[in-house]
Amino acid sequence: MATQPRPAAQPGRLLWRVGEVFEVVEETPTTKSLVLSVPGWEGHKAGQHVDVRLTAEDGYQVQRSYSIASAPEDERLAITVDRIEDGEVSPYLTEDLMAGDGLELRGPIGGYFVWERGLGGPLLLVAGGSGVVPLMAMLRHRAASGSGAPAKLLFSSRSQEEVIYRDELERLAEADEKLEVVHTLTRSQPEGWEGYARRIDEEMLREVAPSPSEEPLTFICGPTPLVEATAAALVELGHDPAGVKTERFGPTGG
Amino acid sequence: MVEGFISRGFRGRRRQPNNAQLPPGQYETKGFPVLSAGPTPHVPLSEWDFTLVGEIDEAKRWSWEEFQALPSEEITKDIHCVTKWSKFGTRWGGVSVDTLLGNVETSAAYVTAFCDGGYTTNLPLEDVTGGKAWVAYAYDGEPLEPAHGGPARLLVPHLYFWKSAKWVRGLSLLSHDEPGFWESLGYHNYGDPWREQRYQGD
Amino acid sequence: MDEQLKLDGNAAAGSLGEVFPFEMTMAEVVCDHCASENFVGALMVYQPPMTLGTVVRCPGCDNVLMRVVHNSGHYWLEMRGARHLRIPDGSSVAAGEAAAEE
Ligand SMILES: Cc1cc2nc3c(=O)[nH]c(=O)nc-3n(C[C@H](O)[C@H](O)[C@H](O)COP(=O)(O)OP(=O)(O)OC[C@H]3O[C@@H](n4cnc5c(N)ncnc54)[C@H](O)[C@@H]3O)c2cc1C
Ligand SMILES: [Zn+2]
Repeated sequence: MATQPRPAAQPGRLLWRVGEVFEVVEETPTTKSLVLSVPGWEGHKAGQHVDVRLTAEDGYQVQRSYSIASAPEDERLAITVDRIEDGEVSPYLTEDLMAGDGLELRGPIGGYFVWERGLGGPLLLVAGGSGVVPLMAMLRHRAASGSGAPAKLLFSSRSQEEVIYRDELERLAEADEKLEVVHTLTRSQPEGWEGYARRIDEEMLREVAPSPSEEPLTFICGPTPLVEATAAALVELGHDPAGVKTERFGPTGG
Repeated sequence: MVEGFISRGFRGRRRQPNNAQLPPGQYETKGFPVLSAGPTPHVPLSEWDFTLVGEIDEAKRWSWEEFQALPSEEITKDIHCVTKWSKFGTRWGGVSVDTLLGNVETSAAYVTAFCDGGYTTNLPLEDVTGGKAWVAYAYDGEPLEPAHGGPARLLVPHLYFWKSAKWVRGLSLLSHDEPGFWESLGYHNYGDPWREQRYQGD
Repeated sequence: MDEQLKLDGNAAAGSLGEVFPFEMTMAEVVCDHCASENFVGALMVYQPPMTLGTVVRCPGCDNVLMRVVHNSGHYWLEMRGARHLRIPDGSSVAAGEAAAEE
């Protein structure tokens, strides 16, 4: 009996491949960065993500998306994962995976939620929790490529201990007068804290965001409720919806 | 596909082997995951109705108040989602489809449930009659939350849970079978969890 | 809770990348219901594990534009709700960047 020739199972460039965990870096008590060596990785753009797939002994598989944290200029690919207490994938990635382990992934994925030096600025970045990850890739790319585009990051975290990349953000902002990082701490604040201590709202955005007339390129990322509230408030303030790009992480990620 | 790759030490959500209450390939969850393929519709109860249409002598319609006045039942059943979680002993309140079809003359052999938001699912008529299916408006003694299909959802616990259509607004009685939202896209037409009928061809 | 399951078009780039040989978030789709035109990256997406397949909807009217399911050795793709797709063929990087600046 003649069998039909089957087309290649995965057309195009989206092939699953196995990277190796080179290093695990603790960013906050619940968040870890996985630095990966991926043979044949052909580079990425800031803002793109990878799909990660886990396979159990019995063949059971699950798959999730993780933004790329590293700049295109960095030597190795990195993702940063926040542990969701009763999650299926994030506890494995943050607690079980060790240097030397393999991790199956595909990417880079996405071309819409992307910033490259050539796109210029001003940049308005708004993050909630692990939503900072793709925005950090943009800031790292901005620094590494010597872009002089003015940039602001408004970053909502629950507490100071939970601020992902806190030291690096401070270093980047200190070294660069065109970069401003504004934190809001929604649950608990250190003694003497004078910054914002509430969820992102219209008033905060009016104070922090460039005016609509400056036509900022806006990227908002984090848990879906934060992204929706922020995007709606910016449009309310007169920002052009077409200039506002969003990346919802779903119910979690905050 | 990277042939044969195993994630070291990964087991996935805990799966309980040899539990006779669990259909093949399922694991038990204590939570109640929300699955949704679209935004949650918010139809005011004053505009809500439930209709029976299609191949019947006369179309039927109940307003929310009329529906509440129908004889209701308490139902306690295990439910099984095709995404592999099962939840034991869920408690519902609602109207048996037998009650709705009581005085209806029909030559139909199938039903398609239709819903706010455009979702549909198809079932053999004999799978929604004989005490096997309900239109549920209460969960755990409370009004059914919109996230879980409120104000009312179909409840057909002996089939995978995608057949228990959320935000249901009526049944269309048909002489032919018409695949619904997921059934027309590779999911099994019948969906019996005990025979693990997840996908077409299973 | 249920409103939190919504994702952006970007989240579907992986599954769309399994059936199309192009980067699909920069493709533009015209909705058959309300005629609005959007980049796939700007559409709404619902996808596993929160539902049974990838469902792409119009942000203007909630109409289903595309659905993708992969199971038992097949891809299923349904696009009744989309009038047409305009897909950059990738031949010019500048074209993609110009679009991104719009
Ligand atoms: C494009 C994209 C990029 C992302 N990038 C990152 C990133 O850089 N870093 C990061 O940490 N995360 C990121 N995420 C989120 C990530 O993909 C996972 O969703 C997250 O890690 C949780 O996965 P999990 O398997 O651990 O949890 P899950 O097993 O998916 O569960 C998460 C939580 O939701 C609950 N839950 C699950 N399903 C439902 C349901 N149907 N209804 C109600 N509750 C439910 C669970 O009980 C649990 O509390 C990204 C998501 C997207 C779409
Ligand atoms: Zn539309």
